[in-house]
Parts: sequence; structure tokens; C-alpha cells
Amino acid sequence: MSRRSVLPEPSSRLGLRDLLSEALSGVLQRPGRSVLTMLGTVLGIGAFVAVLGLTATASGQIGEQFSLTRATTVDVTDRPRTDGVAPGANPPSNFPEDTDRRLAAIDGVRAGGVWWPVPGAPVITARPNGPNEGTGLSVLAATPGAVAAMEPTLAAGVTMDAFVQRTAQPVVLLSEAAAGRLGVSRLDAQPAVFLDNVPYTVIGIYSDVRRRPGALLGLVIPASTALERYGNPAPQPDRGAQGLVATRVGAASVVAAQIPLALRPDAPDAFTVVPPPDPHSLQDGVTSDLTGLFLALAGICLLVGAVGIANTTLVAVLERTEEIGLRRSLGARTGHIAAQFLTESTALGTLGGLIGTSLGVVTVVAVAAARDWTAVLQPAATLPAPLIGTVVGLLAGLYPALRAARTDPLKALRSA
Amino acid sequence: MTTEPPGTPPVIALAGVGRTHPGRPPVVALHPSDLTVHHGEYLAVTGPSGSGKSTLLHLLGLLDTPTTGRYELDGIDTGSLRDRDRSTLRGRRIGFVFQSFHLLPHRTAEENVVLAQLYNRTPPRTRRTAALEALRLVGLGHRTDALPGTMSGGERQRVAIARALVNRPSLLLCDEPTGNLDSASAEAVLDRFDALHAQGFTLVVITHDPAVAARAERRVAIRDGVLSEAEAEVRTAEGPAR
Ligand SMILES: Nc1ncnc2c1ncn2[C@@H]1O[C@H](COP(=O)(O)OP(=O)(O)O)[C@@H](O)[C@H]1O
Ligand SMILES: [Mg+2]
Repeated sequence: MSRRSVLPEPSSRLGLRDLLSEALSGVLQRPGRSVLTMLGTVLGIGAFVAVLGLTATASGQIGEQFSLTRATTVDVTDRPRTDGVAPGANPPSNFPEDTDRRLAAIDGVRAGGVWWPVPGAPVITARPNGPNEGTGLSVLAATPGAVAAMEPTLAAGVTMDAFVQRTAQPVVLLSEAAAGRLGVSRLDAQPAVFLDNVPYTVIGIYSDVRRRPGALLGLVIPASTALERYGNPAPQPDRGAQGLVATRVGAASVVAAQIPLALRPDAPDAFTVVPPPDPHSLQDGVTSDLTGLFLALAGICLLVGAVGIANTTLVAVLERTEEIGLRRSLGARTGHIAAQFLTESTALGTLGGLIGTSLGVVTVVAVAAARDWTAVLQPAATLPAPLIGTVVGLLAGLYPALRAARTDPLKALRSA
Repeated sequence: MTTEPPGTPPVIALAGVGRTHPGRPPVVALHPSDLTVHHGEYLAVTGPSGSGKSTLLHLLGLLDTPTTGRYELDGIDTGSLRDRDRSTLRGRRIGFVFQSFHLLPHRTAEENVVLAQLYNRTPPRTRRTAALEALRLVGLGHRTDALPGTMSGGERQRVAIARALVNRPSLLLCDEPTGNLDSASAEAVLDRFDALHAQGFTLVVITHDPAVAARAERRVAIRDGVLSEAEAEVRTAEGPAR
């Protein structure tokens, strides 16, 4: 191009459309071989898209399970002593009387306290000796700290405070479900509900809780009142006294480690503390180990794919020397010959990339559907994936294209 | 013999053109030779196998370069041309007919002829029409969609001739065009050459077959790489004839 041609006519050229259609007919000339050639690229890029998609999907799944509420909740289970207790009576719980204050003193705690299902299933009525409305409703005992840790949304009235706990007031908080069942809607007349025919003044109605959703089908009375009227909590772990602690974000594991000593310096073994799982350890486990391994496998597949395309294209060049010689006699320049074979290998790579990407996407969607997950495909990783095939085909075609361009037309035409 | 206007350069003008293959010892495939072919001439180059006929054809077709001498095609000195320009001349001004046809097996007769217009800037719209016309010219207007595998040797060679003439080149170069054909097919091909000659095409046909050479208007002979006008065969030992 540097020097102008000395000829009167314009130079030979190969238009883009002609180049593409020649390359395509080269690929389609031997469809079976073309498919086999693409296999490595298909597998490599399919694995690449599937691994990245499955990783993103699994991480998203962990993120969904691992909500903020869960990350800031610490559960404390009581292990009450059963020896030296009169038969028929429940042993006292290990939680000290000032549990709320001791928990609040721990750095990182927003609120905390004790709660338990009131033992003996009290009869719940709207008026003395009325019909039992309690089917399906549960009566919970809770300290003000435990109620605060549940983070109720109040529809009316007020929540429990330190005063009612200290003085063991006969008051009750109703869930909206319980209030509806008992016909309580307004609190300005200080309505009461009856537990075993004893009146409790309704001080508040809550519509939602962030922690312990079981409370949405229940009534909550002060822990001190429950102790006075119904005695100690049941000793079974699932029906007994439990600590509930709401922490600041990121503080849960540090708080959990301090709780046993803060509550009972004399008997730290009295409790089992369950902190939330550490989100980092979960996600890192999924991403680093498996992703690295599978991406390495995808890379190997791509390499194999590149070698496959290079090999097939080279074989095609050697098989088609006669065609190369003919094209040279018809006016093709060396560059036109190179471009044709390079375009063929690039087309093979691109086609392999497209098929591989589709298979990868199908895999991710199928796995997600089977596990009831939400499939997550990052466009930044999925959309350019076919282009990886293009690059693989282009690189793989370089050497064969060079060989094709260097074919001596004389020898090529003499060979047949 | 020639109808060209005065001042038009000859199609082929060789002056002292020779080709020596390097090696130990070097092989002289063509001794320095002179040859002039004018527009519309029908020339046969004869000689036994190994005498240098194909060497001459490859030099004339710009597929090979002479080691000595000067070759002008249509008045263009080809010695100074780079590969790009030699490719351009091949695609525009030269049509090849090979002994073994060299048709692409997966393409129809028409597609094989269209291929000759791929590199020389023929607009895609006119390629089919030109290919059909060329096939009709060689008597294959009814076989345009046939694949080479389904055609006889004579038909295949006629497709190759159509491919060679579709660009209306200055020069048709044919290397043993009847070498792979039975006598009936060869006869049909030679009839086509006569027709093309009548239309004004310039033909150079290389053959070892005297019967083929006899159909041409003018003959030159090669023996051991030495070119001479066939009418003066006694002078072969002395060198090229004028
Ligand atoms: N590439 C080459 N290297 C060395 N010698 C060659 C080469 N090509 C042709 N020759 C020699 O040149 C001579 C002429 O060959 P060629 O033109 O093919 O003859 P023909 O076509 O008349 O049979 C032969 O002796 C042949 O061996
Ligand atoms: Mg020969």
C-alpha cells in the first residue's frame, strides 16, 4: 500500500462479504469435522459461563438466607439444673434476675432479655368464665429487654418497660391476631383480657416483630408476673427460658463470646450460645475453592479447544493446497489467502463460543431451578463470553493462515 | 492474422527470458528465449515430457519469475512488479486452463465460474450473469447447477475453460488441456478453442500431442529447454528463432 500500483487497473481485492461467505462455505463444507473442532471451545466457554453463573447464584442464595436480622441475632439457651428439685416442680432458670441489665452492659448489644412460653397453657378468655379463645395462641413471658430485642412494630399503645417488670404488673401485649380473636381494637378504655380468669390490662398491640415471629400468634406478659403466677419455666430446652439478644451489625460473634460470663460469672457453662454464622466464611468457601478449580478446568478446555481449531485448520490448509493454488491463479494475493483461513478459524471459535455460552446459561438456569434458587447471571461475564471463542479462533488460526499464505502456487497446482 | 490497431503492444513479448532452478548442479528449465504473441493468435507449444513446456507456461502466467530476460504482458514490463500487481494481472488479464481442471468439488459449475470473479472487483450483481454466459459459450448452459463429481472429464474441462474466459482476459493459457480426456471429449474441447479463436481470444496451448498442436494457427517447439518455431526445427540446436 505504500507505493502506488504501476498498473492501469485497480488492484486485486477481497470484499468483506465475499470473505465471510467464502469462510462460511469452508466451515460448512465439512460440518461434522467443524462440530468436532468446536467441541473444546464449546466445553471451555460453557464451563466458564456455568461456573461464574453458579458461583453468583450460590452467593446470591447465601446473601438471601443471611439477612441482616439473622446476622444481628444471638440466641442463648438455658441448661437448668435438675438435681435437688422437688418432683413435679420446675427448676429455677439459670438466667439472673437482672439479665436485661447485664446483657445491655455488653458492648455491641442493642437490647437483650429472657423469654419463655408460659407453662401449663392458660385459658384465654375475653371476659370472666367466657369461652376459651386461646386455641392456636400462645402466652409468652418476656422481660422488657427480650421484647425490645424482638423489635415489635406497635399498632397501638405502648410496649413493656422496666417498671411493669419490677412490680410484676398484670399487663399484657397482644399480637394483632390475638387482639382480633379477643375483640380488642381500641386501648383508650383500658380493656382487659383474662388468663385463667385473672384480668390483665392490655397496654399495647403489635402488628409485626423482627425476631421470634412465633410471637405474632401470641400474648406477652411480663416475666416477673409469669414467675409469680405460673412458676418457673419448663426445663426442656425447646419449652424453657431462652435469651434473645439483638446486636449491632458485625458485633454478633464478639457479643456471643461474652454472654455466658456476663450473665453467670460463677457458672458460665449454664448456657449454650448460638451466634449467627459468619457470612464471610460461607461466601469465601464457595467462591475461592470451587471457582478457582473450575475456572482452571475451563481454561484447560479452552486451550484444548484452541489446539483443536489450530490442528483442524492446519489440516484443511494442507488438504486444500490445490484450492490455494487455484485462488492464487485467479488473482488472490497472499493476504487474501491468509484472511480466508483466519476467518474460517475465527468463525469456528465464535460459533463454539456462542454454543458454549448458551449451554452454560442453560446449565445455570437448570441447576437453579432444581434447587429452587434464583439464577443470577452477571451480564459483564456472560455477554462477552462468545468473544472469548472469537479470540481463541483468531489465535488458533494465525499459524495455519501463515502456512496457507506461504503455499507456493506452482507446487500447489502441480500436485494434483 | 491480427486485427489490433497499429501501435498496440503484443500480448506477449519475451526477450531473452530464461529460467534456471538453483541447486547442485543448477537445472536450466528454459534457456534464454524470445517469443512474441499478438492479439488473437492461437499458439501451440509442443515438446516431449520434461522439455520445459510447463516452465514456460508458469512464466507466461506470472506464477513464476524468469531468472534472466524481460517479459512484457500487454506492454507492461512484469519484471519490476511486486506480488500484489502480479496477482492483479493474473486475476484480470490471464485465464488458466489446467490439465487436471482444478475445480472446487463442493461447488456447482456456476459457482466455480463465479469464483474467478471474486478477486478482481467484479460487482457481485453481475457475476452470475457473466458466469452463465461463459458456460453457454462452452456449451454447458444446461449443466450450471451440476457438481464436478457428476460431470464427465470433458464437461469439467469445459467448466474450467468457462472459468478462464469469464473475465475476458488478454491471454488464455492452457497446460495439456486434453491430457486427461478421451478423444471425443478432447475433440469437443478443441472445437471450443477454435470458436474462442474465432471470437478474437488469444490462446497459448501447451501440449505434447501433435494432433492438438495441429489445430493451432502457429506452433513453437521446446526441446531440452530450447524454444524454436516449429517450422524451423533444424535450428533448435543453434538457439531461439525469431
Ligand atoms: N522446481 C524445480 N527444481 C528443479 N528442476 C525443475 C523444477 N521444476 C522443473 N524442473 C525441471 O525443469 C525441466 C522442465 O520441466 P517442465 O517445465 O515441467 O517440463 P514439461 O512441462 O515440458 O514436462 C525438467 O527437467 C524438470 O525436471
Ligand atoms: Mg508439464
